Amino acid sequence: MRIPQSERELTWWEKIYLPEVVRGLAITGRHFFVNLARHVLHLLGFNKVPKGAVTFQYPEEVRPISPRLRTVHRLARRADGSPRCVACMMCETVCPANCISIVGAEHPDPNIEKYPVRFDIDLGKCVFCGFCVEACPEDAIRMDTGIYDFAAYTREGMILTLETLLSLEPAPYVKVPPQDRAADPGPIHARKGTVAPL
Amino acid sequence: MVLEAVIVLLKAGFIITVALTFGAVLTWVERKQSAVMQDRIGANRAAILGLRVIGLFHILSDAIKMFTKEEFTPARGDKFLHTLAPALSIFFALMTFAAIPFGDTLRVGNRVIDLQVANLNAAVLFVFAMVSLGVYGVVLGGWASENNYSFLGGMRASAQMISYEVTLGVSVIGALLIYGTLNLQEMVRYQGHMYAGWIPRWGILLQPLGFLLFLVAGIAETKRVPFDLPEGESEIVGYWVEYSSMKWGMYMFTDFIEMTLLSAMASTLFLGGWQVPWLMPDGFHFPWATVPLPHLAVVVLQVGAFLLKVSFLLWLQMLIRWTLPRVRYDQLMAITWKYLLPLSLLNVILTAAVLLVLR
Repeated sequence: MRIPQSERELTWWEKIYLPEVVRGLAITGRHFFVNLARHVLHLLGFNKVPKGAVTFQYPEEVRPISPRLRTVHRLARRADGSPRCVACMMCETVCPANCISIVGAEHPDPNIEKYPVRFDIDLGKCVFCGFCVEACPEDAIRMDTGIYDFAAYTREGMILTLETLLSLEPAPYVKVPPQDRAADPGPIHARKGTVAPL
Repeated sequence: MVLEAVIVLLKAGFIITVALTFGAVLTWVERKQSAVMQDRIGANRAAILGLRVIGLFHILSDAIKMFTKEEFTPARGDKFLHTLAPALSIFFALMTFAAIPFGDTLRVGNRVIDLQVANLNAAVLFVFAMVSLGVYGVVLGGWASENNYSFLGGMRASAQMISYEVTLGVSVIGALLIYGTLNLQEMVRYQGHMYAGWIPRWGILLQPLGFLLFLVAGIAETKRVPFDLPEGESEIVGYWVEYSSMKWGMYMFTDFIEMTLLSAMASTLFLGGWQVPWLMPDGFHFPWATVPLPHLAVVVLQVGAFLLKVSFLLWLQMLIRWTLPRVRYDQLMAITWKYLLPLSLLNVILTAAVLLVLR
């Protein structure tokens, strides 16, 4: 195998290493002083200045998530509140991790083929590939709850049942302009209002 | 006689407190400065009564953590030497501060106190001797752990430090030729003179190349990042693989104290030590004006200037540590034997030639 080589020979100036070291130190030094000044200005109350760090301090400050992010599943409901799912087993079949298990039963309405008696998703096995959402012919299973901190103390605790899946709500929709740190919408509990268009 | 002893003890206490404080604060500086350089926030969670004080309590929490952790000695290792090694390491690092002059003289009544623990005539030799003895702590630790990786780390450390000590020693010779003394206090006094009445005669102006070589060799001597081969986390973890709790903490602390020592030496030799530009024993003598100052203010300014210079060099070392990647082992050896040592010899010859012409 041919190992890819750098196209360009180093110049003499670069080979003596020291000027390049100084250049590197200038870059990191610039970051240091600019960020330090921004931190100090924020401490003094000048909040219009861009932040000195890109860090989100996680438990208190939740990073705004993209609406396309695949998070914990939920089951959509019909207008009367019953599950939209028709227990066709498409998601269970397509699931590469075998984490969905459905028990279906005959639906009283002749226009609806079946309904799920049980619908369990084992999040301990789920790989969050989103194939179930793609496969669903009824648009019944969705991964838009915005929940990603679902750790539990037991394996059983990782299994979501039909009732839980039906009770979950979609995450509020917030448009975050890319690469705009100043437009950080703040902690998630503080940004209610607009709801994701379904 | 008793008074003399008390004064020496007070001076020793002062310099050791300063060195240990610098070492402790550097653990915080290392985290925070790297964080600020990399657009992060850095450690800020340690709190007392909800007070965080920009993460300063992490120093305390680190100390508590290290003192309460299990102290582990390898079953086949040499227990005595394994315990002795980090102590040796930190002992020689702290010893060296005895020779560093941190101020001019302080007059109390009619007693004149030299602000230096030990005014040695061969202080430079003493410092280099102590620094090279510090290698024994590292080599012993690597050997007594009975672990091939730590042994390799210890061997790397000894090879690296022997190589760089040559450059370190030779890089200073140029400055020694100019100052004409091995006494550190005398060197600092020499740097208080002015050229043309207003340019301070600091070593860095007379020996810019010497300063650069001293700094590079010194960073290699303290085993910090571009030259941290003895530690090399990604390859061998190094001489402290088998160390835990405060024994490991002492090695870590030695690193920081050696950094402080290097900064103190570099500022003494090249940045004018405790000299403040245009500050004479009776006040400021600017080229355009004279500001008389009381004796105590002058002493405080001088000690403060010394600590400021040390802090600046520590900041610079941290900047270097968080900017440059680690060199390869063959590069490490090539840098010193092929480039730094010839350059430092050239520096000596040039300095000697210039002095021969001028004097």
